[in-house]
Amino acid sequence: MNFLNGITLLLIYQLVGETSVLLLRIPVPGPVLGMVMLFLTLALRGRSSTSLDSASSALLSHLSLLFVPAGVGMMVHFDRIIHEWIPISIALILSTVITMATTAIIMLAASRLLSKKVQKDG
Amino acid sequence: MVEPDLAAIWVYLSATPLLGLTITLLAYSTAHRLYIYAGSNPLLNPVLTSVVALIVLLVFTDTPYETYFEGGQFVHFLLGPATVALAIPLYQQCSKLRRLFLPVAITIISGAIIGAFSSIGIAWFMGASVQTQLSLAPKSVTAPVAMGISEQIGGLPSLTAVLVVVTGIIGAVVGSKLFELMRITDDSVKGMAMGITAHGIGTARAFQVSPEMGAFSGLAMALSAFATAIILPWLLNLVGLLR
Repeated sequence: MNFLNGITLLLIYQLVGETSVLLLRIPVPGPVLGMVMLFLTLALRGRSSTSLDSASSALLSHLSLLFVPAGVGMMVHFDRIIHEWIPISIALILSTVITMATTAIIMLAASRLLSKKVQKDG
Repeated sequence: MVEPDLAAIWVYLSATPLLGLTITLLAYSTAHRLYIYAGSNPLLNPVLTSVVALIVLLVFTDTPYETYFEGGQFVHFLLGPATVALAIPLYQQCSKLRRLFLPVAITIISGAIIGAFSSIGIAWFMGASVQTQLSLAPKSVTAPVAMGISEQIGGLPSLTAVLVVVTGIIGAVVGSKLFELMRITDDSVKGMAMGITAHGIGTARAFQVSPEMGAFSGLAMALSAFATAIILPWLLNLVGLLR
């Protein structure tokens, strides 16, 4: 019963999210807006519930499985991938390394700057 | 008594969603077992191996993707509620988030921009088509959100799904080596970079290193998914208008 309540709540938030995105023409995927609304609800309420926890951990522990049907959709794009495999693979590898290195540097610099400020204040 | 005709059974089964759904779950659970058996080798990522196995099967049996997806859609549908469910781990990291709010916010926003525009830029420079560039843009975002963004900006969601998985694998494989070369030892910094770049696959890898790195990676994954979903369509619109 716990799981059922949890998944129902998740679906309700998704439904509200999808509807608001369509009605208000917000440029964000509906489920993302649902996620934000659920996060705000939890933050305001100050705690989560066991039914929500059990539904979310069930879904998130098998998150990888959910990508499979979409991934199989790659077969529809075979021609494109074969045709553009060089730009695609170079963009993926370089961009991944660049993003990881720069975000690490930015996080390092930003938290150092902030902790210095705290030290000065104290 | 009528002889059961195998061809007729096949025709019947291939027309129902049952077969598509069953082979999806079967392929994934087998792939997952293989992955665990190989000591969680990131190159044997279960999404990658099960997708390859399913494509080989479909091509071999001459089954169109649409027929398969009649069964696959039941799994695919769960991406929506799974995205909503990301709110719960995010909420659990709330106090940590409050403490490091400013550095985290700066890193997430710049990471969302760098991740998207570095891939668009490199793909454009290498001569990829516009639709491929747009499908690459949300590659660092967790798949359910990336596919939504891709659809919105005019990419191909199914191509994006594949690129997201490959990005996650690349990030999980190169991450530790890269941090070692950069002499970064702080687990919160490594986790942030991992989650922003390599989403869930990177987060799974981060949890193997330390719980702190895993928690920060999960936090970064959820936040950057949200930031990219807001910033990217807006920025592309802006760039498109300026062009």
